[in-house]
Amino acid sequence: MKKEIPLAITFITGLIIIVTFFIPHQPLGTMQQRLLLWYSIVLGFTLLLGMDSLLRSNIQKIIRKSPGWPFALVLILGFLGTMAAGIYTWATSESLLSLGSSFMYVYTYFIIPLQATMFSLLAFFIASAAYRAFRARTLEATLLLITAALVMLGRVPIGAQISHWLPAGAEWIMEVPQMAAKRGIFIGVALGTIAMSLRVILGLERTYLT
Amino acid sequence: MKKLFMALMLVWLAAPGRALDPPADVKAGDTPNDEGSSITVNWGRSPQDQGDATAFQGYQILRSDNANGPFAEVGFVIGGKTDFRDNVEGHRSYFYRVRAVAGPDTSDPAAAGPAEATAQWFDSSRTNVMILTVILCFLIIWYIERAKKGEELFIRKIQGLDAVDEAVGRSTELGKPIMFSFGLGEIKDIVTVAALAILRQVAVRCAQHGTELLVPNWDPLVMAAAQETVQQAYSEPGRPDLYKEGNVSFLTSDQFGYAAGVDGMMLRQKPGAVFFMGYFYAEALLMSETGHSIGAIQIAGTTAITQLPFFIASCDYTLIGEEMLAASCYLKKDPQLLGSLKGEDFVKAFLIIGFALMAVWGTVGYILNNAGNPWMMNVFQAIKSWFMTG
Repeated sequence: MKKEIPLAITFITGLIIIVTFFIPHQPLGTMQQRLLLWYSIVLGFTLLLGMDSLLRSNIQKIIRKSPGWPFALVLILGFLGTMAAGIYTWATSESLLSLGSSFMYVYTYFIIPLQATMFSLLAFFIASAAYRAFRARTLEATLLLITAALVMLGRVPIGAQISHWLPAGAEWIMEVPQMAAKRGIFIGVALGTIAMSLRVILGLERTYLT
Repeated sequence: MKKLFMALMLVWLAAPGRALDPPADVKAGDTPNDEGSSITVNWGRSPQDQGDATAFQGYQILRSDNANGPFAEVGFVIGGKTDFRDNVEGHRSYFYRVRAVAGPDTSDPAAAGPAEATAQWFDSSRTNVMILTVILCFLIIWYIERAKKGEELFIRKIQGLDAVDEAVGRSTELGKPIMFSFGLGEIKDIVTVAALAILRQVAVRCAQHGTELLVPNWDPLVMAAAQETVQQAYSEPGRPDLYKEGNVSFLTSDQFGYAAGVDGMMLRQKPGAVFFMGYFYAEALLMSETGHSIGAIQIAGTTAITQLPFFIASCDYTLIGEEMLAASCYLKKDPQLLGSLKGEDFVKAFLIIGFALMAVWGTVGYILNNAGNPWMMNVFQAIKSWFMTG
């Protein structure tokens, strides 16, 4: 029964989702949205689970003085500081997002710059990855290098200055061969998703039940 | 001269043709294929609606539950549009009036109704999806049944999955841990369910070799599923003692915070192998380049097409799209699971043949259409629009 009940729930829920896709009549019409709402509620509660996991593993690192434990201390202090700012704002302001509140201060002057810093690193990582990908060591890599050079040149103003064929060529590469490959992968993913979903609904795929 | 011009202007402004014409042929009816909560109003464009937004603003839609009113405005749509969807109570009659609005002028209303919103039991615009889904499901189930009868089924080699053992083995030899990331996938994403199957395989090998497995998570629900999967996998070879709950932990639900956390763990703990399996966004390259910089064997798999080139550039092996979804069948080699892959491949072959035929048909149709014979082009357009509906 330990496996049969979850399998039955999966089968019935999967079937309902499929059927409601084709039936707009109530009560089936809005069933999908309702299930997604339930999922969001469950997800809200699991954040507590996540918080517990985060705090527990980092507190253990500090207690055991594991390598890199000062980072864990920064994380705990950051967590408590943000939570304190949130509670204070909640108690004293109309909304957590009130301009000038302590929570918005943390968000604007800590979280946003940290996110921007990480995102900015992407430019350097793209350069290093592109350097490796475009090294012309094989025929395929050489073709990739030439194609990438054409597309990049075709998409900047200097490309049009060199030749009016460059922007048109870049557009053709993006619209025809690139799009064909992308759609091929899309179709494969769509069919794979249907087959995988069917395996889950029929109970053949049970990894999630372990 | 000035007086003459003024007189002409007055004559032009007073002319009967100056009056704003109402929209023509106004109709109100139940919105098809919905749950019975709206009425769609259609009309023909007013002659003054010529696409100039400064001269002609749009159409005012008025509604009443009585033919004689009073009518209240329920919507306004800009010029050029010829329909409006009005959310109403089901099984109740409504009357509509539509007026053209151009500057300060408003046309006489054009009436329509009564109309009633009713729910449909079948969304006919999705007939094509239903037919294709039924065919696909039939083929998959048929091949599963054939597999059950013991038929030998071939599956091509997937290098990325074959390399799992190699990656775990190398990490063990170097005495380094292994890292597994689901990216920003949620448990409701089918690719995350597929990634759990790969995690299970990796965890079994880690338990067999006594290698530490780190699974930092972005989603707490995925974390819970991953903890269960890893714990179960460690029990399989009889090493439940090696399982550490703290190694399968939650980091943060912030995209770049997660990337920073994973990068930090990589730089501090130097895993020998890193698995990126699931759904990824911009953080993919941040993490995989860091993994490359520490010299780890990296195996990635995702259905996120925008991130595939980055993984291909920075990882040793990459499972592209459907390969990722076929992972559990490939790893388990269960005949029933392989049967479902066979059914999927059959549909793919059918689609490839269909696309090739349609490409030839459309090209010939285009040539014939230019020569004055449109029938092939018409058939092509009809098939194309059938596939694109819904």
